[in-house]
Amino acid sequence: MTLPETTPTAPVRPAIDKAGLVIAALLAIVAIIIFVDASRLSANNVYGVGPQAMPIVIGVGLVILAVGNLISALRGNLPPRESADPRAIVLILGGLALMIAIIGLGGGFILAEAVLFTTTSAAFGRRAIVVDAIIGLVAGTLIYLAFDRILTLSLPAGPLEHLF
Amino acid sequence: MDTFAALAHGMAVAIQPMNLLFALVGVFLGTAVGVLPGIGPALTVALLLPVTYKLDPAGSLIMFAGIYYGGMYGGSTTAILINTPGESASMATALEGNKMAKAGRGGPALATSAIGSFVAGTIATLGLTFLAPWLVDFAVRFGPEDYFALMCVAFVTVSATFGDSPVRGLTSLFVGLVLGLVGIDKLTGQARLAFGVPELLDGVEVTTLAVGLFAIGEALYVAARRHHTEEKLEAVRGSLWMTRQDWKRSWKPWLRGTLLGFPIGALPAGGAEIPTFLSYSAEKRLTNYPEEFGKGAIEGVAGPEAANNASAAGTLVPLLTLGLPTSATAAMMLAGFQQYGLNPGPLLFAERPDLVWGLIASLFIANGMLLVLNLPLVGLWVRLLAIPQPWLYGGILVFATMGTIAAKPSVVELGMLAAFGVMGFMMRRFDFPIAPVVIGLILGPIAESQLRRALAISLGDPLVLVQSPTSAILLGIALIALIAPFVLKGLNRFKADED
Repeated sequence: MTLPETTPTAPVRPAIDKAGLVIAALLAIVAIIIFVDASRLSANNVYGVGPQAMPIVIGVGLVILAVGNLISALRGNLPPRESADPRAIVLILGGLALMIAIIGLGGGFILAEAVLFTTTSAAFGRRAIVVDAIIGLVAGTLIYLAFDRILTLSLPAGPLEHLF
Repeated sequence: MDTFAALAHGMAVAIQPMNLLFALVGVFLGTAVGVLPGIGPALTVALLLPVTYKLDPAGSLIMFAGIYYGGMYGGSTTAILINTPGESASMATALEGNKMAKAGRGGPALATSAIGSFVAGTIATLGLTFLAPWLVDFAVRFGPEDYFALMCVAFVTVSATFGDSPVRGLTSLFVGLVLGLVGIDKLTGQARLAFGVPELLDGVEVTTLAVGLFAIGEALYVAARRHHTEEKLEAVRGSLWMTRQDWKRSWKPWLRGTLLGFPIGALPAGGAEIPTFLSYSAEKRLTNYPEEFGKGAIEGVAGPEAANNASAAGTLVPLLTLGLPTSATAAMMLAGFQQYGLNPGPLLFAERPDLVWGLIASLFIANGMLLVLNLPLVGLWVRLLAIPQPWLYGGILVFATMGTIAAKPSVVELGMLAAFGVMGFMMRRFDFPIAPVVIGLILGPIAESQLRRALAISLGDPLVLVQSPTSAILLGIALIALIAPFVLKGLNRFKADED
């Protein structure tokens, strides 16, 4: 967070905050899921309350908060959002997805982390993809060796790890 | 006195070479992550949990505490030099500190913040030392209904009372509570919210949530708004030494900051931002040099820095004596205790005094180490800030995912990590506080089990929750804390209309 030198002029707030409406709807949906899930739990206890008590309480709380958020949204009480760079977000999320895919398919730790490092660096504006990839591979190898040899914690091994 | 004997015993544990090494690593890491924006003590402890579970518990906990204290020291360096607080608790420091740096007085700003942090940390840790046994005596008499009521107070104050928007704070808390529901119910063995996915039967891992929310969420947020901010690093010009006048102007803010930080840190108020801003306002009102505020007044650095270090020690009071975390970092440390099968509270003081008092004693040592690390070695930290941002965040994400991959390399777990990252990004964008989610996840299941235990003992009678005076008072406080923000906001509206 960088604190601005001068106070910026307050941006105009929309009358009804559509994103806020979505948030309220999501909360309501989660509450419904909780109620449905809790309904199939059986109480089978002699004293006290059963496992469905807490879910019901939380579900009720969520419904109240969904209404609360709805009111906030209708009043436009949510803070105004500045523009977000979609490319950066897509790069990071894409990198995460690739990393998960590589691990899931047995590609190994080093390759997965190298991909993640490269895409994240690119998301922050670096253009030198090859250099970053090399850095990622080297760093990944060092971390793998440190974890595997020194800390004896196992990391997923793929084709690259079997070279060591 | 009993406490002195216990502390001396703890010192004997703390000065063992292995534990000294852990303390050194902890304070070093803590200062580093405090300095670096985008990564903080809570996230660091979360990242280290999977790595340390095979290591000695006493040493690891000493390291985590060192990271906590270190984070408070390190955050001020970035706050003063780049106007970008490395820690949200250092925001107040940035207000005057950066102005001092721009005026060529960065050295004294860093000095007053480091020395003030040391003074505050030492006094506050002494407070912890003497307060803890007293509180433990009191807490030993707590029954499950008292613990439940205490947690309700914590839930409410962390999420609703002190934030911008109680509705958003409570929403965050309830999201955490929902995540706490996932998994097998311990008392009856039935699965809740698992949807047939085997990985979910163990519940949501705290580390997965914390790392997703803090690291990935922060990376997404900063990357998305990169085109808005421009940071300029102020060089540390001139000497690091404070003039006699600087000392004269600093020592009272140090003490006032400590007095503000320690009790507020012990309360479940959601973090160290409140005492630091309170200290800033207090110093602004009490200063003999009001014209300097806004242009670089040293009191505005001395007070808040003392406050945030004192509040870190204050947070440890309820954590160690009651097992109640009052900030995200404390919640991570609680997860650290749980990972070794330890439960902080009166029982731990009785069963493992060497561990608890060793931890407290090593805090004094860590404090001393931090003074040395932060004053003469400040140049080292400044160089750390020269790492280009893309590599910094690339590295952060690699370390973030590394822990989860080592502990549970399943696609489901990693998918959850990414999903929490997206959630963290959305929460930052829409101004939903993040700490309540973590606290909801960790404390929710504990609160539930205390509630069910209380009701089982009372054979289903709900009045047991208000029968003990402690629990009745605490529940009353929780209710007041819950309603107060809404009522005050309603009153504010009436006031505005009258004008």
